[in-house]
Amino acid sequence: MNIHEYQAKEIFRKFGIPVSDGAVFEKSTLQLDRIQTVGKAPYVVKAQIHAGGRGKAGGIKIVDSAESAFQAAQKLLGTKLATYQTAGVEKPIDFVLIESSRTIKKEVYVAITLDRSRVLPCVICSESGGVDIEEVALKTPEKIVKGHFEVDEKVGETKFISLLAGFFSEEGSKASKLREVLSGMIAKLTRLFVELDASLVEVNPLGLMTDGSLLPIDAKINFDDNALYRHLEIAGLRDSRQEDERENEAKKFDLSYVGLEGNIGCMVNGAGLAMATMDIIKLRGGEPANFLDVGGGASKEKVAAAFKIILKDPRVKSILVNIFGGIMRCDVLAEGIVEAQKEIALHVPLVVRLEGTNVKEGREILRHSKINIQTAETFEEVAEKAVMAIC
Amino acid sequence: MSILVDRNTKLIVQGITGSHGSFHARQMVAYGTNVVGGVTPGKGGQNLEEIPIFNTMAEAVRATKANTSIIYVPAKFAKDAILEAAESGISLIVCITEGIPALDMVRVVSELKKRKVRLIGPNCPGIITPGQAKVGIMPGYIHKPGPVGIVSRSGTLTYEAVWQMTTRDIGQSTVIGIGGDPVLGTSFIDCLKLFQEDSQTELVVMIGEIGGSAEEEAARFIEREVRKPVVSFVAGTTAPKGKRMGHAGAIISGGSGTAQEKVVALTKAGVTVVESPALIGETVSKILKRHPASQRS
Repeated sequence: MNIHEYQAKEIFRKFGIPVSDGAVFEKSTLQLDRIQTVGKAPYVVKAQIHAGGRGKAGGIKIVDSAESAFQAAQKLLGTKLATYQTAGVEKPIDFVLIESSRTIKKEVYVAITLDRSRVLPCVICSESGGVDIEEVALKTPEKIVKGHFEVDEKVGETKFISLLAGFFSEEGSKASKLREVLSGMIAKLTRLFVELDASLVEVNPLGLMTDGSLLPIDAKINFDDNALYRHLEIAGLRDSRQEDERENEAKKFDLSYVGLEGNIGCMVNGAGLAMATMDIIKLRGGEPANFLDVGGGASKEKVAAAFKIILKDPRVKSILVNIFGGIMRCDVLAEGIVEAQKEIALHVPLVVRLEGTNVKEGREILRHSKINIQTAETFEEVAEKAVMAIC
Repeated sequence: MSILVDRNTKLIVQGITGSHGSFHARQMVAYGTNVVGGVTPGKGGQNLEEIPIFNTMAEAVRATKANTSIIYVPAKFAKDAILEAAESGISLIVCITEGIPALDMVRVVSELKKRKVRLIGPNCPGIITPGQAKVGIMPGYIHKPGPVGIVSRSGTLTYEAVWQMTTRDIGQSTVIGIGGDPVLGTSFIDCLKLFQEDSQTELVVMIGEIGGSAEEEAARFIEREVRKPVVSFVAGTTAPKGKRMGHAGAIISGGSGTAQEKVVALTKAGVTVVESPALIGETVSKILKRHPASQRS
């Protein structure tokens, strides 16, 4: 789960990490005199959306007075913003964060995430922080340092000083103090990462300010969805308006759904098979309307909910169901389809391929339902028929 | 021969009284797996059909001499169930449970490093040695004994690959789903190593998917160590670029985990990568026909 920058900064504050003074505004709460209380001009007005790349996309404005901040905020609020990280989708700007802007001397990159191959959380740092960090990683990976820590280790304030060797050398005698401060800040971030079950904490940039302080300019936290049950206060920070409507509907039923641009609605069990089904549709010249994994132990109700999401999608011109039952039982799947189309009548061709656990019972239920279904024996055939049905 | 599970497998089902646990315990027995017991705290002394139920893993292992366990408990309790199994003295744990918090799994993996026990999964379909033992949720009837070892990150896509082989009369030595989570007990490399050493296995099918760098790491291993032919498919070639928030995932792996990158790495390592998932069986069949003498001695 993602949260907004302003929410991440509030969490930073709780963990003793300094952040700029700022205030969050919605359209209804935006007031000039409240902006003036934020701090001194100049100000930075930042659109709050769940994506990076906001600056380049025009979502961040630096202005020299409270009046201009008010105007900039007014212009942003209620509009939508797409960045290179939103995959072509425009995200609504419902909140802006206004902070007192200070001069940055240098931009540092700090992140914590899970290193899958080492199976340990990992601190990633670079002196070349800022908007082009991914290019730095590709072209000059030596400028990025990594240090691991144990999940239940009490990370000391000084643990990462050696990792930061050489950092801030241009600051001369102040360099070692800065490394100490940064190491202390990283220690706090590791505590945040573990205590809140984050999957990513990223500060980019962390600014070395002209007054010599280190300050997170941006803050991102992603949380592990699987652990939200033990962090209800975090779960409450969800902003569903930042998420795809169809995906939210799917999430209510614990379905894994990604909306796409094509016209073949897909219902598959298992992420790997669902991806492979999309691959084969494309190889056959079709375009999937969605990725939908009904998951393992789906109930009849869950299958019905999934099928209804597809039936309701106006883009969908044919439906492909590809189920290889393991923990999922084919009879449950068939009952779910029958159930769903009692509520929303099937109006496009439906091609079904069932195999695996309880396949006989499943096929039997579909045969007796009198729904107009084309059946397919193989993976290849189901894709071919679904693509042909549109032509 | 085969790997990890066979006729000597003596299996305990953790979470045997839950709906998935009981259903699949019966399915495994029906397949012929030697299910010697089940564990559900508070239900010790009862039975599921012929299978005795115990309160703890320690008790169950003491009474049955089990060497393997399979876990169906809910995600919240999975970490403790795995650790309990690890302490009970068995050598193989298969965790089916999905949705376990990633940091719980990091804790588990670091704990397991201290012991001589292998974990497969979590969030996986399990492992089957056709005709001998099924320790998982896969439909048994689609398999048949034979020369192909299969290792996969996916569940249902593995069944698909197996089915394509069985319908062409090509059997499998052992089929392992290692799971789809970021943190796993057993890697592609671990399985490739076992298949390379296994005399029954003549060819290995490796099914990967986008994300992470496990396929790239496996490719490097195959180039160095694997002498048997490897056929691979990577799911997600056409998946749209994910909506993402930060940069750290890409930075840490040194790539972006796209299918294209994985296909390039595997091809370079001499692996036959199929473009369509429908071509796995056909491709395996061709390669086995091409190398009958050298591989089937």
